[in-house]
Amino acid sequence: MRYLPLTPDDRTAMLAVIGVDTVDALFVDVPDAARLAGPVDLPHHASEMAVERDLVRMAARNRAAGAGPFFCGAGAYRHHVPASVDHLIQRSEFLTSYTPYQPEIAQGTLQVLFEFQSQVSALTGLPVANASMYDGSTACAEAVLMATRVTRRRKAVLSGGLHPHYAETVHTLAHNAGVEVNALPAAVDAEAAVLAAIDAETACVVVQTPNVFGTVTDVTAIAAAAHAAGALLIVTTTEAVSFGLLKSPGEMGADIAVAEGQSIGNSLNFGGPYVGLFACTEKLMRQAPGRLCGETVDAEGRRGFVLTLSTREQHIRRDKATSNICTNSGLCALAFSIHMSLLGGAGLERLARINHARARRTRDALAAVPGVEILTPRFFNEFAVRLPRPAADVVEALLTRDVVAGVPFSRLAPAAGLDDVLLVCATETTTDGDIAAFASALTAELAR
Amino acid sequence: MSMVNVGRPTRPEQSLDLGPSPGAGRGLQQYEPLIFELGGWGKTGVDFEGVEGDLDAVDLDGLTRGAQPALPGLSEPETLRHYVRLSQKNHAIDLALYPLGSCTMKHNPRLDEKLARLPGFADVHPLQPQSTVQGALALMETLSHWLETLTGLPAVALSPKAGAHGELCGLLAIRGAHDARGEARRTVLVPTSAHGTNPASAAQVGYQVREIAQTADGRVDLADLAAQLGPDVAAVMVTNPNTCGLFERDVVEIARLTHAAGAYFYCDGANFNAIVGRVRPADLGVDAMHINLHKTFSTPHGGGGPGAGPVVLSAALAPYAPTPWLIREGDTLRLEEGAVGPAAATQGRVSAFHGQMGMYVRALAYMMSHGADGLRQVAEDAVLNANYVKARLSAAMSPAFPEGPCMHEALFDDTWLDGTGITTLDFAKAMIDEGFHPMTMYFPLVVHGAMLIEPTETESRLELDRFCDTLLGLAAAARAGEVERFRGAPFHAPLRRLDETLAARKPKLRWTPTAR
Amino acid sequence: MRFTKDHEWVEIDGDVATVGITAYAAEQLGDVVFVDLPEPGKAMTAGEPMAVVESVKAASDVYAPLTGDVTAANGELTDNPQTVNDQPEGAGWFVKIKLSDPHQVDALMDRAAYETFLATL
Repeated sequence: MRYLPLTPDDRTAMLAVIGVDTVDALFVDVPDAARLAGPVDLPHHASEMAVERDLVRMAARNRAAGAGPFFCGAGAYRHHVPASVDHLIQRSEFLTSYTPYQPEIAQGTLQVLFEFQSQVSALTGLPVANASMYDGSTACAEAVLMATRVTRRRKAVLSGGLHPHYAETVHTLAHNAGVEVNALPAAVDAEAAVLAAIDAETACVVVQTPNVFGTVTDVTAIAAAAHAAGALLIVTTTEAVSFGLLKSPGEMGADIAVAEGQSIGNSLNFGGPYVGLFACTEKLMRQAPGRLCGETVDAEGRRGFVLTLSTREQHIRRDKATSNICTNSGLCALAFSIHMSLLGGAGLERLARINHARARRTRDALAAVPGVEILTPRFFNEFAVRLPRPAADVVEALLTRDVVAGVPFSRLAPAAGLDDVLLVCATETTTDGDIAAFASALTAELAR
Repeated sequence: MSMVNVGRPTRPEQSLDLGPSPGAGRGLQQYEPLIFELGGWGKTGVDFEGVEGDLDAVDLDGLTRGAQPALPGLSEPETLRHYVRLSQKNHAIDLALYPLGSCTMKHNPRLDEKLARLPGFADVHPLQPQSTVQGALALMETLSHWLETLTGLPAVALSPKAGAHGELCGLLAIRGAHDARGEARRTVLVPTSAHGTNPASAAQVGYQVREIAQTADGRVDLADLAAQLGPDVAAVMVTNPNTCGLFERDVVEIARLTHAAGAYFYCDGANFNAIVGRVRPADLGVDAMHINLHKTFSTPHGGGGPGAGPVVLSAALAPYAPTPWLIREGDTLRLEEGAVGPAAATQGRVSAFHGQMGMYVRALAYMMSHGADGLRQVAEDAVLNANYVKARLSAAMSPAFPEGPCMHEALFDDTWLDGTGITTLDFAKAMIDEGFHPMTMYFPLVVHGAMLIEPTETESRLELDRFCDTLLGLAAAARAGEVERFRGAPFHAPLRRLDETLAARKPKLRWTPTAR
Repeated sequence: MRFTKDHEWVEIDGDVATVGITAYAAEQLGDVVFVDLPEPGKAMTAGEPMAVVESVKAASDVYAPLTGDVTAANGELTDNPQTVNDQPEGAGWFVKIKLSDPHQVDALMDRAAYETFLATL
């Protein structure tokens, strides 16, 4: 019981101060029938060594991305995170603090949030960024709900390039809030197809760039058309490193930008925790979900930071709040912000160029493999290929050659009829040896 | 107009002239500018490899951004200094008791941090072949088993990413069950004392929210509940132990009335830490309950997340759990990610991928460390510590519900401050000068000037006494008329009271170059 | 000037009512940081939410005291919400409403009745 400081003597003495004989007397309000007489049927307490042994054994049954050639992307990305990032986020004062509701003794967290918001704003090209969402997919769903509040319309159009998990999340959350969700069929290079689906009831169109097939799209014309119809444009990005090289959502006319921020500062973690980025125009600020940190002064006129515009939030507005979100992704936002501070704009651009170069080299190597067709016309660091066989089978087969070849599109959307499509991603962690191993394993497998 | 007057002045009134501050710090407290003011324009603190000549060749049809992101970079030493200096302006559970009621600021074991960082958990992609992640799936299965056993409910949806997300997911399951029967129930009943997330989540699922009255002894008013239940009510959401820190002693009757009206009983499990290992919510008639892993099972709060909010479900609600579903087939585990087979009636995804694996590892390590016996002790010590604080502080402060024991948190009102000219806010801010984080203030809304103190089980008797002695000393000072000590507080924190009114009237949410 | 139990005031000029919140309400709210006003042209029904007034820690609905169409909203409050605190029953007005039934005003309290009402709170 290494985490429990009270001794039996402490307990006895404390019960005496309270004025009861046993701790059971403190549970007097629990109905008799519901009081368990003894421990439930689970193992008893265990030493640090024993717990570590069990969990290390479980971890050993997973193939780590860094263990060999690895080409999965599709919404989660393997990047190098500098050692100082993980060290700093484990500082007690960051790790074991609560949401900064008492600003006088939370300026560390608050200044980080202000810097994080400033970084997200600069990356997305939009002036207002919040203090983080759970992840990119829930940020996307919140953006759709926000658009319906702003426009007082009830329809959302999702492009066929939107990550299918994002589309499903939007559907679950928005559909049940009474929003009609029109998700267009999966398409490699057709973000602009959303325009044909806009009508007078459309609150927003949701596009993604780079999209789930890796295709990079200039959505400027989509923004103009959406605005002409009175709808908002939501631009989604799952690979935050792309902000270092590609036109920002703000530059292209987005009203709301949402992104998965995992790529910067955060590990793969089998899908979570991640960090959702959320930014919007000044005009939409008061409809934004989540926490916002703002600059102010203290009683002596010194600069300081506080959580602000809180009347949007659930703890004050309750059923009229802009979102139910409370706990968000504070520590992941910190990791993002530290990594971003190390990189700077110059470092991020360089990192982005390396990613792009690695992916092009991978593309060139795969294009030379007989039977492989490259589908994505313009990409950042991931692209789709068509294989002569179901992609899932090829991925399984390449595992025996120690190559994790990517994500079969059928894993994301089994009913899309794109079973032969494989999503391939390369990052700065991808070596020439990885690329060669992939190309030769694929060549051998397809020749079989 | 409707008015919510919670008596919280948000503009500092007092100013203590300490004279000009000539240097960049005071003692160990260093002044720290924004990253934008550290001169890192064009700089980067990361070295890259594999930089061949082809970096300038970009194959993007002119889709590159107009200018490099306008963000400064810092070398590693500058980065360390910046964040270490900032960290020292934060209170933390590792520094002192952090008595935020309803938030459960307990010790965060470092073993859990170490294990979550094993490459087999941290460096695993959510979409790599399932044959390569059998250990991760086994961990999820084991965690599910623990959560099901501790709650007595037969199913759990792990994927919600925080408590409020779990509420949403549980309510969607309830909506799914009603829809399947063709019942268009559209109302959720919530006590006035509930967390704000409850009504907000209900509204997000498309429900109307109606409030249930509270009795004078801080519990759900059964007569009001019975009167409001009807064919339009989909669910009753109750926090138990409730936000007044009290066990709903009529909880079985609440469940019976709810079920008799054809509604489901949703329990907000934010306070599960008070009863874990001693009471199974299923035995109280609960149909669905989210569990904040960052509260009961001690995954770090991290300055505002990440958390995790798995929701346990009754057999009737389980078919409507979100995807993915974890399914065992002999020796193999797999994730069913589509609305097919056993998951045919699913509510669908509530987020991308499979939830908060990093939090699962930490929570399971915490559970296994305590075991069934230790978790029972967790609940006992949490309740013991809260009652000890309540007993000691009642000598000078007014408990909101003096009769009977509290559970894991002790609630005081502000009647004991009557006539002192000092508010709950002032008192709380004065605690900062004594080295403690304030308790939760002005929540729950049903108690005037509420002060909600949750010590948790990981405080020693010595630290509890230090805390109680401090508060009793402050209370004596308040009674003795030392008003200035409170109204201007804090005096010794990195900053004095902040002007929240200015922040809200002229929102400044990012650094801009004009400030350069 | 007439008053409601929800602490709105009304000043009638012909068939147009100027509406705001009372000095008592402004004092109770504390520093007003934001006022969300309806667009001109919007139809208002007596007793229904008309505007939202926010302090740092609270958001309160302001109800339409009378039925009619909004003809003007006080743009000054957008830039300087503190006007509600400084001059609640003057420059801090919220909206002007063209009344569909000017006789509705007869049901509202006069100042003496409102002050008597305040004394009971």
